[in-house]
Amino acid sequence: MARKLDYLRETPSQTAGPFVHIGLAPKAAGFDIFERELGEDIAGPNAAGERIRVEGLVIDGTGSPVKDALLEVWQANADGFYAHPDGGGPVEERFRGWGRVITDFDTGEWAFDTVKPGPTPGRNGAAQAPHLNLWIVARGINIGLSTRIYFSDEEAANAADPVLNGIEWANRRPTLIAARKMRGDAPVYRFDVRLQGEDETVFFDI
Amino acid sequence: MKKDAEFYQRDRTWHPPALTPDYKTSVARSPRNALISLENTVGDVTGPVFGHDDIGEGDNDLLHNFAAPGESAIGERIILHGRVMDENARPVAGTLVEIWQANAGGRYRHRKDAYFAPIDPNFGGCGRVITDEDGYFYFRTVKPGAYPWRNTINAWRPAHIHLSIFGTGFAQRLITQCYFEGDPLIPRCPIVGSLPDPEAVERLTATLDMNATIPLDSIAYRFDIVLRGRRSTLFENRLEGN
Repeated sequence: MARKLDYLRETPSQTAGPFVHIGLAPKAAGFDIFERELGEDIAGPNAAGERIRVEGLVIDGTGSPVKDALLEVWQANADGFYAHPDGGGPVEERFRGWGRVITDFDTGEWAFDTVKPGPTPGRNGAAQAPHLNLWIVARGINIGLSTRIYFSDEEAANAADPVLNGIEWANRRPTLIAARKMRGDAPVYRFDVRLQGEDETVFFDI
Repeated sequence: MKKDAEFYQRDRTWHPPALTPDYKTSVARSPRNALISLENTVGDVTGPVFGHDDIGEGDNDLLHNFAAPGESAIGERIILHGRVMDENARPVAGTLVEIWQANAGGRYRHRKDAYFAPIDPNFGGCGRVITDEDGYFYFRTVKPGAYPWRNTINAWRPAHIHLSIFGTGFAQRLITQCYFEGDPLIPRCPIVGSLPDPEAVERLTATLDMNATIPLDSIAYRFDIVLRGRRSTLFENRLEGN
């Protein structure tokens, strides 16, 4: 027998359950407790770049919308910098780049407003196309699902993106691309997450 | 100085798999395709930074954070405390820990919870705190009650508190549940049963900690949390731009 390594093991995951809102979005659960609810404002008032809305559904394997999910987004600013000491560079004051939204209790629709991120550095010098990192938890999801939201109007950057290109099944890559349309003057991206079944969204082990 | 770089790979055999049929809701909500493995990039090794401005002073006191002045929540008064560390056994300082739970009767303050155990007017059921420089955190609360759910008609969840933890990089993001030592419902629960390894169940079971009680006031349970550890850039496998 060799000596045992003394690394600790990660705390194992458990589902967030149906009442995740109480802890992470109490106003949605139906009560007001904290002065500041976290994750409501992703980009802040000073962020440069195009203001966008991203919206969609989370759809289960029966084709039904999931009405008790919570989604978190983590993104770079328009310069491609994350609001973190190792984030690549400075960000605008009050740009946090992180937010959380819930799926509507009646319709399952979710939406958040932010700014469109810039490209970010990938590994070995390859640029990554603009994207949002998305993390999804809900009742019935035993460990949070990680995916990415890319943008349909970034065709050239998407075509060169190392992560998209690393997905062996080219026909699955479009599940990560949000479709842009205009609603009045406002750009809106549609991104439906399919947990299972035909066109199942690509999820990552990061 | 060595810089922190990417995270150790997550041991997916230790976490619950996506599909655990005994926990019925997982059946339609579990991806069927394999996860695509990615090397970390800048958006994975960074994550949101929270400060004391983000939360309130008493947010970690669930006995009082929703109670009328001079009143407090009903139930067995407990302290839930522990340290957040990484797999290298280093403290994770300054990270946000959020919790939510049912009240002492097993009822959640949630518009979708219809269980007939009453709402406690003085109990909200959520709290949050930022770990100190040693990674330490504590909450004051009441021990939650067990409650029935419709996985099967006679299914009861063991008493548990949900926890959400951030760490320093988004790839460390974790939600879990903490159970309580000695609860006979633990081995009967299909959500607990989603864990493939009995040792993992133990890891989610908080231990009665008589040294951390407040005598004549609250008993204490210890629950340490471990997040993914980071490689140091000893070798040239570091991330571009880091």
